[in-house]
Amino acid sequence: MNDLFCKRAVSLNSTYFSTCISFCNYACIYVDIGYVSLSQVCGYLYACILSLYSFFLRHARSRNYVSESEVCKLESVPLDFGDYHPLKPITVTESKTKKMNRKGSTSSTSSSSSSSVMDPLSSVLDGTDPLSLFAAAADPVTTTATMDSTRKKRDKDDSSAVGSDFEPWSSKRGEILSRYTTTEKLSIVSGSFSRKATTTGSAVSEKVRTRLEELDDLEEGSQKELLNLTQQDYMNRIEELNQSLKDAWSSDQKVKALKIVIQCSKLLSDTTVIQFYPSKFVLITDILDTFGKLVYERILSMCVDSRVSLPDNFSPESVNDTAKETCLNWFFKIASIRELIPRFYVEAAILKCNKFLSKTGISECLPRLTSMIRGIGDPLVAVYARAYLCRVGSPIKYLFTATCFCLLFQQIHGDTVQNQLVVQCVEIPLYLTLYSPAIDWILQCIAYRAPEVLLTEMMERCRKLGNNALLLNSVMSAFRAEFIAARSMDFIGMIKECDESGFPKHLLFRSLGLNLALADPPENDRLQILNEAWKVITKLKNPQDYINCAEVWVEYTCRHFTNREINTVLADVIKHMTPDRAFEDAYPQLQSIIQKVITYIYDFSLLFSVEKFLPFLDMFQKESVRVEVCKCIMESFIKHQQESTKDPVILNALLHICKTMHDSVNALTLEDEKRMLAALINGFIKMVSFGRDFEQQLSFYVEARSMFCNLEPVLVQLIHSVNQLAMETRKVMKGNHSRKTAAFVRACVAFCFITIPSLSSIFTRLNLYLHSGQVALANQCLSQADAFFKAAVSLVPEVPKMISVDGKMRPSDAFLLEFLCNFFSTLLVVPDHPEQGVLFLVRGLLNVIQDYTWEDNSDDKVRIYTNVLHLLSAMTQEAYIYHVDKVDSNDTLYGGDSKFLTEINKLCETVIAQILDHLKTLGKEETLKRQSQLALYFFNTILAHGDLRNNKLNQLSVNLWNLAQKHGFADTKTMVKTLEYIKRRSKQPEMSHFTDLALRLPLQSRT
Amino acid sequence: MGTALDIKIKRANKVYRCGEVLSGVVVITSKDTVQHQGISLTMEGSVNLQLSAKSVGVFEAFYNSVKPIQIINSTIEMVKPGKLPSGKTEIPFEFPLHMKGNKVLYETYHGVFVNIQYTLRCDMRRSLLAKDLTKTCEFIVHSLSQKGKLMPSPVDFTITPETLQNVKERASLPKFLIRGHLSSTNCIITQPLTGELVVENAEAAVKSIELQLVRVETCGCAEGYARDATEIQNIQIADGDVCRGLPIPIYMVFPRLFTCPTLETTNFKVGECVGLYAVLVSFI
Repeated sequence: MNDLFCKRAVSLNSTYFSTCISFCNYACIYVDIGYVSLSQVCGYLYACILSLYSFFLRHARSRNYVSESEVCKLESVPLDFGDYHPLKPITVTESKTKKMNRKGSTSSTSSSSSSSVMDPLSSVLDGTDPLSLFAAAADPVTTTATMDSTRKKRDKDDSSAVGSDFEPWSSKRGEILSRYTTTEKLSIVSGSFSRKATTTGSAVSEKVRTRLEELDDLEEGSQKELLNLTQQDYMNRIEELNQSLKDAWSSDQKVKALKIVIQCSKLLSDTTVIQFYPSKFVLITDILDTFGKLVYERILSMCVDSRVSLPDNFSPESVNDTAKETCLNWFFKIASIRELIPRFYVEAAILKCNKFLSKTGISECLPRLTSMIRGIGDPLVAVYARAYLCRVGSPIKYLFTATCFCLLFQQIHGDTVQNQLVVQCVEIPLYLTLYSPAIDWILQCIAYRAPEVLLTEMMERCRKLGNNALLLNSVMSAFRAEFIAARSMDFIGMIKECDESGFPKHLLFRSLGLNLALADPPENDRLQILNEAWKVITKLKNPQDYINCAEVWVEYTCRHFTNREINTVLADVIKHMTPDRAFEDAYPQLQSIIQKVITYIYDFSLLFSVEKFLPFLDMFQKESVRVEVCKCIMESFIKHQQESTKDPVILNALLHICKTMHDSVNALTLEDEKRMLAALINGFIKMVSFGRDFEQQLSFYVEARSMFCNLEPVLVQLIHSVNQLAMETRKVMKGNHSRKTAAFVRACVAFCFITIPSLSSIFTRLNLYLHSGQVALANQCLSQADAFFKAAVSLVPEVPKMISVDGKMRPSDAFLLEFLCNFFSTLLVVPDHPEQGVLFLVRGLLNVIQDYTWEDNSDDKVRIYTNVLHLLSAMTQEAYIYHVDKVDSNDTLYGGDSKFLTEINKLCETVIAQILDHLKTLGKEETLKRQSQLALYFFNTILAHGDLRNNKLNQLSVNLWNLAQKHGFADTKTMVKTLEYIKRRSKQPEMSHFTDLALRLPLQSRT
Repeated sequence: MGTALDIKIKRANKVYRCGEVLSGVVVITSKDTVQHQGISLTMEGSVNLQLSAKSVGVFEAFYNSVKPIQIINSTIEMVKPGKLPSGKTEIPFEFPLHMKGNKVLYETYHGVFVNIQYTLRCDMRRSLLAKDLTKTCEFIVHSLSQKGKLMPSPVDFTITPETLQNVKERASLPKFLIRGHLSSTNCIITQPLTGELVVENAEAAVKSIELQLVRVETCGCAEGYARDATEIQNIQIADGDVCRGLPIPIYMVFPRLFTCPTLETTNFKVGECVGLYAVLVSFI
């Protein structure tokens, strides 16, 4: 019986039954036979056993549960919960023991156990965690293996201590690549450096091939110009070049490598297809970086004498002559490159190598390279060249004068550029945005950790420079947010009066908004800032421009203002986005607006009091986006809602949102998605409470059921919630239902009864029937409880052999066994129906088990039968081990009537016959082990529940004992322990017959 | 090939000056023992003059090549005839670099018509059955830095359509004014040539501005002197339509070996000069 109870204790929701079961009784039963659970042995003596069984259990051992529990109960010890917790990690042993000693005065048991026994887990983990030990041991290996990569990292980070707050180039890279794209055809000039390049060249479409042109150049004889490349082709080609650079390098063709690099950097002087230029810059500088790294590493490797590599901050004196000479050679070679742009880029790429030549090399080179850029005519190319210089030179030290910018802008508006733009059909606003990445980067390098004074000075200079919009935008994106925020009014002024020169103003406001989202402006200016900014934003005609700005400014509004302002802003957004269904193109932005709103307002009653919030939600008309938004809102609700609510506004709105999520479920929805939606809806349902108004609560659940019928987990939750509601009612009425509450509880029970069949998972249904039956029983709804149990009994035959658990097929027998044990233990307290026979439900269930098709080679059926014996023995007792409050169980109903006992005994006989039959079939060689185990299991059952003063029963147990160890499959240790237990029991009063039994049980020594 | 011969000069850059000692090792690697008739090492320095076909005619240029002028020549016997053990044998050597008589050790220079070259040659003479082994290796001589500080002599220049010489239709030229200066006309060869250049105004767009380094070599022989100017290198200092009024740096590193300090001897003369090209494109 112990099995039944233990499992039940686990699986039951303790709130239902805590009132009717006194758990302390378990302890004694557990101690009784707990140690037998895994005995293993064998033997057979069918003839004798068969002749004996019919007498068994006429004398089921009568039990006095109360006295037994008192004898066996563990000594109750007051625990000091405030300080001691068994799972708390023991950190410092010394102080711990001290503490324990002190506590020893109050509680002897706990102190002795915890002070002497170190927590095995923490003692293992203490400092010498095996995993970390292993990792430490493996470390040297990995360090040597990854030395190259770490060195690379070191190179990248440079020694000049760039903090983590510096946004590295690598993060900008992806952004630029995705932002500056083109659909125009590109062309690339490249030598036939790699075989691959030429073969793919021929593989590309015929059109491309015919357009292949050979250009004769004195130096690189076989150059080819590929025209009509799409952007993707172009990127592939550059990647090929990168690869062939590495190949050439590794095959020791340094000159070829240099040529490739020169070719690549030559591409940077080409500004046809100007929209693509920033991306081209990114791609090609990647190659240059690779090259720079290769050269640096090669020279570094030449410095290595006898495998002692140079320290990080080596001085040029420690570099040997060969390395220096090689390094010089590179510089001489590069100095003689004819074209300006390749010469500049390649020299910049290997700038770091100056470290080998002299200490001040890099700082001497930078000004020269900077002034070299002046020779670059195209302003765009020049700006990117500067950006590259900032990237390779340690970024902080590099400063350059703002006058360059001044001239730059003259140039932008010069004839040459204008002509070019006309040819390429690029408008000035678009053209100007091409500058942003480079100028942003440069300014970021300058502004990084720069003192306030410097920033102010730069700002002033920008203002003097005609307040250029492009520059202003970059200043705002590069400088510290705090700096900008503190001067936001100034900036607004500057934005207003700045000379637009084609650069769109809304971008400026967007940048400002981004800063304000990160840092707070002065208290007094806040409202004015919003007013000024919004005045401009609201006038934007193009919905895309508008929403980009609004998205940023919503965060500012949420941060500093109340619902009223947020409402206004949302209303404005709705007004702008509704015409021509403009919102369809702006879902990401709208979504981010919602997200920002709910991160700042997480009080949902406040949130829904923002009038325009729900109309705003209505703009999400594409279902997938709509569901995403709903999910966000629900997540935030579950995360932030602390106490349950009955606010009708919240309920209505959230029900609507949940309904939206629910309605998105269709046949194609993934399991995970369903699970997630269900979890969100469940979280909502759990948070709804109408307090003492149970009727309304129930009607809410009914409504929810009709709304969320497609999500099973939600239905399960609803059933649990209704059960809980019934138990709440019972608690309020202190167990005595009035007519009204009884009717209400029956309504709850009816709710469950009609909801359960709509679920698909069979075990969920079984368990819910059982639970609901228990709840019904606890609420004195006997006939309803009967109905539940009957439904469960009739459902058992439908249990399939295999069920799917977490997407895998598993045999179902373990689950079934568990359920049946649980079920039987409930049946103990279920009173018999007056019109049905004795033990109607138990019989019914036994019949079902009998007819169920069990696995051929499993003993589950017999195990269940053995457990049924536990139940039957408990049923014969005068007073049952537990009761349901206010429900008369069979013990009271029959009052130990002999007819009732005879019925039970008959049942026992049938069951035992079944068990012994099964034992007999296990007589074959390969099943002897199972036979032994089952025999011992059965023996233990008799030992615990049977009255062994009955001679026949005594004989049966002796036979089983012998059977268990007949074939040597018994575990000697278990047998010895069992015997010791019997001997110990024999010393107890009224157990003297155990002495005789012990004498009759021989121990077989294993040979 | 069982035996390999190699010369390793001690200095990685192989640069020596007059009065210094050239040192290094001859490395012989072989699997077996090597029988030889002696190993000798020769140091040679010579000036080769080649007459330009332009000035004296093709045939004369071909036949009348001037005999090389020897600057230095010395030979030492490193190992007497005998056997070398198998494996790697290193034989160290040293040569003092001294002027012989009045012959100056000119700086190494690879030009078109004038070549000044210094080599080390190692010969291993062997018996009749095996071929003799030879290995040559060039080393570089730099002249001593000139005594007395060179006075920088900055020069300013202006280029306008009027200053151009070989132009036919002066009227068709767009108007422009380019000003600039070089920091010095006498440069130290190890230091770069520097200066600045400003496009003050130009009617047409500038496409490119280039800097050309030209050498002037003069060879003297029986018939007289032949003077030739050839390009050494050409680098671009401006690409595209540069900003008006913004100084653009002039910066050129003299390529090694292909340049040398200005030399004047009885037989030949080498000098360098810089030319500036601006390519203007008009859109008319």
